[in-house]
Amino acid sequence: MSHITPSFTTFLLLTIVKIVVVLVITLTAVAYTVLLERKVLGRMQNRWGPSRVGPFGLLQPLADGIKLFLKEDMMPLAVERPLFVLAPIIALSCALISISVVPFGAKTMVGGVDLFQIADLNIGLLVILGITSIGVYGIALSGWSSNNKYSLFGSLRASAQLVSYELALGLSLVGVVLRAQSLSLRDIVNSQSAHGMRSWNVFGGCQIIGFFIYLMAAYAETNRAPFDLPEAESELVAGYHTEYSSMKFAMFFMAEYANMITVACVATLLFFGGAGSPFGHLFDGFASTGFLHAVLPIFWFVAKILFFLLLYIWVRATLPRFRYDQLMSFGWKFLMPVAMLNILATALALAYHG
Amino acid sequence: MQTALFIIFGLLAVLGALNLLFQRHPINSALSLIVVMMSLAVLYWSLGAEFLAAAQVIVYSGAIMVLFVFVIMLLNAGEEERTHGSQIAYIAGIPGAAAIFCLLTFVFLSEKKQLGTTQLGGYLTSAVSNITEISHTLFTSLLLPFEVTSILILVAILGAVVLARKEL
Repeated sequence: MSHITPSFTTFLLLTIVKIVVVLVITLTAVAYTVLLERKVLGRMQNRWGPSRVGPFGLLQPLADGIKLFLKEDMMPLAVERPLFVLAPIIALSCALISISVVPFGAKTMVGGVDLFQIADLNIGLLVILGITSIGVYGIALSGWSSNNKYSLFGSLRASAQLVSYELALGLSLVGVVLRAQSLSLRDIVNSQSAHGMRSWNVFGGCQIIGFFIYLMAAYAETNRAPFDLPEAESELVAGYHTEYSSMKFAMFFMAEYANMITVACVATLLFFGGAGSPFGHLFDGFASTGFLHAVLPIFWFVAKILFFLLLYIWVRATLPRFRYDQLMSFGWKFLMPVAMLNILATALALAYHG
Repeated sequence: MQTALFIIFGLLAVLGALNLLFQRHPINSALSLIVVMMSLAVLYWSLGAEFLAAAQVIVYSGAIMVLFVFVIMLLNAGEEERTHGSQIAYIAGIPGAAAIFCLLTFVFLSEKKQLGTTQLGGYLTSAVSNITEISHTLFTSLLLPFEVTSILILVAILGAVVLARKEL
């Protein structure tokens, strides 16, 4: 079925539909991740969290959105105007673009187009890394163009932190790439689909060290607690987005949560078998055809993403903030060498087993 | 389709390069350089060198240019002042640039057969990965230059550390 090449119009139409659907779902997920974070954080701190708007506070994201839309959009006088406007756009678009290479479910071809992935690139992983590294500019430019010392400090911290942890992050993924022998995310997922949980990279693939390095580097990459130095409110007011208000602030906020979701997607795809079931092919007879066959992988994928998001929130509620020099020496002197050793060990093991 | 891609990003690269020269503020110039590098990455990709494209984005636009922007931000460099420049630049510059352009064109045209041709966008749809081939070449026939380059970079890093230490 996959050898059918679609006509250009079908391809274009289906791709546009896919892009719209994925964008809508991602943005909704971003809004509800904020709510989830506020609720769970509230419960962990022994309070209720948002509970007034709608049942269980479920309409809170809507209220937040309306509030941010209707706020006055302040433009301080001394800012570098074009870059000040450009910075949140770069941050948000980079955060949203990288979702386009993520395979959400099992390969399901309709009219020659894969339904659950916008683009299956043979360098999908590198595309995600590249776009993340472009996203640094959003933060760097926002701090500089604000013409505010706290913003500048925040953005300098953020860019230094992102550039440093990108190395550890990239190196921690090499072990997985070595095992899958491909950079295509679809191939990486397929390489872990043989025996369910046992062939996931984190367990059967012996990439558990790589996984923990990735997890820690990912917290730093998304500027989340305990590595949220760039917006340390006790020192820097609000960091790089101090001068931003209304929708421009909301764009930074959305970019942060979209990045969280992307990072959770990558962790799921690379270490937890993507959309594969944890039971492997054990229950394949139960749902071998039709609707359930297409939807079940998506259920597993969403469940794994949700697990990572909860982990994020849990860590934020638990751990205090690092000191900046501790953060840097942790990244360079601990994570980097361990990631290198992990690569070495994986390569040797693969060479030994052939 | 691929020709359209080539024309759009080729134009973008040229416009970015011109903007880099004409902008007065260093940070705007740095940003134009990033645009040039990104468009070059797209051109590499459309020629079938997807690994080179990704490396271009990650290394050049993602790491090196971040350092550039970082330094400009830290030094708080102001707008450059336009001077008329030296007379020599005017006398030698334009003919020199024209000469280099002519030389390169001549070389490319006369060595066309040896250089071979590639199909524009011919590799975009195929699933062939050239990463295997690149790594095979790097670790067999080009192993010595590859390792020597990495030692060279290590030496450069050590030199930078020594220079920075002296100032402390």
